[in-house]
Amino acid sequence: MQKYIWLVPLLPLIGAAINGLLGRKLRFSERLIGGIAVGSVALAFLISVAAVYSYGFGGHPEWPKPYLTSQDGFSFNWIPGGAVSVNHGAQYALLNIEWSYQLDPLSSIFMLIVTGVGLCIFVFATGYMHGETGFYRFFAYMGLFMFAMLVLVMGSNFLMMFVGWEGVGLCSYLLIGYYFDRQEAANASRKAFITNRVGDFGFALAIFGIIATFGSAQYVNVFEQAKSYPIELIGHWGVLSWIALGLFIGACGKSAQLPLHVWLPDAMAGPTPVSALIHAATMVTAGLYMVTRTNVIFQHSQTMLLVVALVGAATAIFAATIGITQNDIKKVLAYSTVSQLGFMFMACGVGAFAIGIFHVMTHAFFKALMFLGAGSVIHGMHHEQDMRRMGGLKKYMPYTYWTFMAGWLAICGVIPFSGFWSKDEILWNAASTTHIPLGWVVWLVGTIAATCTAFYMTRLMAMTFWGRERFLEAPAGGEADEAHASAYDKGLAPHDATFASAGDRPRHEPGEHVGPVHENVAHHVATHGHGEHHGAHIPHESPPSMWVPLAVLAVLATLGGLVGIGPAFRTLTGTEHPGGHLNIVTWLNPIIWNPVTREFNTPEGGHEAAAPIETTHAAPPVAEGAAEAGHGSVAAVYGDTGFNLAHAVEGSTHSELATEWIFIIISLVVAGIGMLLGGLFYVWRPALAGVWSQRLRPLYVASYNKYWVDEFYGLTVTRRTMDLARAVFSFDSRLVDGIVNGLAWLSRLFSRIVGGFDKYFVDGLVNTVAAFIMRLMSPLFRAAQTGFTQNYALVMVLGLMVAVAVFFARDILAVFGR
Amino acid sequence: MLTYLGAIFLQQGDTTRFDLMKQAAVNPDLSKFLVIGALLFIIGVAGVLTRRNIIVIFMSIELILNAANLNFIAFSRYLSAMGNVNAVAGQIFAVFVIVVAAAEAAIGLGIVIALYRNKETIWVDEIDLLKW
Repeated sequence: MQKYIWLVPLLPLIGAAINGLLGRKLRFSERLIGGIAVGSVALAFLISVAAVYSYGFGGHPEWPKPYLTSQDGFSFNWIPGGAVSVNHGAQYALLNIEWSYQLDPLSSIFMLIVTGVGLCIFVFATGYMHGETGFYRFFAYMGLFMFAMLVLVMGSNFLMMFVGWEGVGLCSYLLIGYYFDRQEAANASRKAFITNRVGDFGFALAIFGIIATFGSAQYVNVFEQAKSYPIELIGHWGVLSWIALGLFIGACGKSAQLPLHVWLPDAMAGPTPVSALIHAATMVTAGLYMVTRTNVIFQHSQTMLLVVALVGAATAIFAATIGITQNDIKKVLAYSTVSQLGFMFMACGVGAFAIGIFHVMTHAFFKALMFLGAGSVIHGMHHEQDMRRMGGLKKYMPYTYWTFMAGWLAICGVIPFSGFWSKDEILWNAASTTHIPLGWVVWLVGTIAATCTAFYMTRLMAMTFWGRERFLEAPAGGEADEAHASAYDKGLAPHDATFASAGDRPRHEPGEHVGPVHENVAHHVATHGHGEHHGAHIPHESPPSMWVPLAVLAVLATLGGLVGIGPAFRTLTGTEHPGGHLNIVTWLNPIIWNPVTREFNTPEGGHEAAAPIETTHAAPPVAEGAAEAGHGSVAAVYGDTGFNLAHAVEGSTHSELATEWIFIIISLVVAGIGMLLGGLFYVWRPALAGVWSQRLRPLYVASYNKYWVDEFYGLTVTRRTMDLARAVFSFDSRLVDGIVNGLAWLSRLFSRIVGGFDKYFVDGLVNTVAAFIMRLMSPLFRAAQTGFTQNYALVMVLGLMVAVAVFFARDILAVFGR
Repeated sequence: MLTYLGAIFLQQGDTTRFDLMKQAAVNPDLSKFLVIGALLFIIGVAGVLTRRNIIVIFMSIELILNAANLNFIAFSRYLSAMGNVNAVAGQIFAVFVIVVAAAEAAIGLGIVIALYRNKETIWVDEIDLLKW
């Protein structure tokens, strides 16, 4: 079955092509467009499932090795690059880049996430986008996105990854700017595109570096060579560190990590299914895919591992604290996504790449679920995104409420929901890492971020589904109204009716909800015009096409974590990684490079080789360094990494299992604290929120304004770029244009002089000569024209004689010469 | 030059001069036909160039055409004597020329009549319509 995986990216592309090229011309109905889009993705999903099953579970002969479609001929020589110099020109290699898809444990997980979660979101979108004017356009872009994303994760070389990388960037741009008639959406799409360019620059440089170093872009070849490079510890900065730096800059851009995170919250201007698919579940995890794919290179550079971990931790806490104060339901989820991506990078940075991918998967489930749930809420609330106007929706939207509940418990990290397993593993690996120093800092920051996550998610839950039904009341005065007014100014909730109807809100079929919509507009006008009381609209549950995907995702968000039950539960499950192939750590082992054995892990091999992190803490915590050096552990490879929290705890408990459980209990407790605080502030004592926001006023304002990062970039980058552009423009318009215009004036002057010379001198000369010749010669020629036929005949005869004389000159001379 | 012409008319050799002349009269060779053709042609050209009466000019043209015909026939005869089976082409050409000459005479005389009706002359030195 795996030989058909080339169909997986192709099918959504075909669907997108049909919808995009014909949908408007032939006036496809919504049912047909949705059917084509959903059908193509569903088929791709089925093929993925069948291929992954036959590859991993069907006794495929080469199972741990990557399967390339070129083995069955489904590939072509895409870029015949010719000879390139490698090793600083010391050698030459033949660079031929083929277009072939690779099936291996990592790409199969991403294939299943992209097509599976994508399928749920496509189905949801058919309901959510109902009545939109650009229905065909939306699904064409979405299909194109699926194609690009699948090329990204299934390509067998860095160039294909780059093609997919840019493709998803383009589709993200197109879909954020789906409501291109709104200034906010158009700006957000440009911002996302430009910010991503910064990252892509690093990624492109890294690809150049890879080709220049290894002479190939094919993963298999590159990693095979990279294995033998020496490991660059902190303080050593070699070629692999440079490559890893470039790759990580790319990952930062795509996955919204700290310096380049600004685009993701703004990307919420797109339709909600887009936020769910692209800006939560799939595209933003491309950076994780890339870092995990190139884990050989990253594990060769301890410095870059540390950078990845610290950037991840900083992003996690940074975004989590912003999420606490946001009032737009999608903004909260957006910052939550940024924060969770930080967690994933944290995992990669401490060397637990498989766990990072595990969190990608569980996050795809629960965050797609929550975004779609938010979409359902927005749909049901008739355009409302501000959580302060929600509340008590539990009664009106039961399906949405219960499915959202699963997502909430998962992201807070409540056992046994999926988020718990992955987040706990990340924190445990951070605490026990021997890949990098400062693991305890990463753990501490991550734990605080997890508390914040539980807090703001409980806040979101409380403000949306519990409590008073605020949409029934008059808008509260004071801060809320002020904030709302500022939201007006930012164009989030525009003043006039034309804008209001063009928001990120599905338009409803005529006659159904038109009344409330208009009422809503009237309410906006009324609130701001005269502050008078107004009628409210009653939320409604969404149609089955929307809540069925929610239910599917809720099941996944609840149970999805069971594929990664951690080693701490070995007394219950009997093994460190229960489930065999089905366990995500075991499954991903063949693509994780082991710095100790300097080989890729074996799929079912012993835990010693298979799970480097776990072996590390198995060693006696006392006498690190020298004692462990002989054991061939990770610590021996990466040297002394200073204080290690897990080892310190283990030193006092003298039990590995107890240590692991202590950390599990800590993460459960902090999740509980976060949830309890959220409940206290927003359910039991709502007044406390206002009190504490006043008490911590500076922090609150900083968080509410997103730490002024946008303003900072605006001041330092955007304005300066525009200043530069203005300077260049004025240089252009004055100096360059001046030179050009001056030259033009000179040529005109010159041409006038030349023209006058031509007209009066040359023409005059020619005319004079012509007149002279005409007058002189014309009598002669006129005289020849007698008009008598015989004269002409005579001339002909004479001519004939001359011709004959010339032609036979030699014979005639011969005859008469005799 | 006289020696040359003499050599054409009075070939010298083993046989007697009379025999040669008799043979030449009974079975003339190619050169004699060509010479007669050339003379006819020259007469025709001279007539075209010198006579003023357009009818006579016409007749001179006929002489030129017949000079050409004579050449055709002479070569045809010569080539068939050489064994060339395609030599009949010359005779066919001669027939064509005669046909064309007949057509030309018909049209030409028609033109002459029309000319006379308009100009009341058939003397070519009084007709200079080709001028300008």
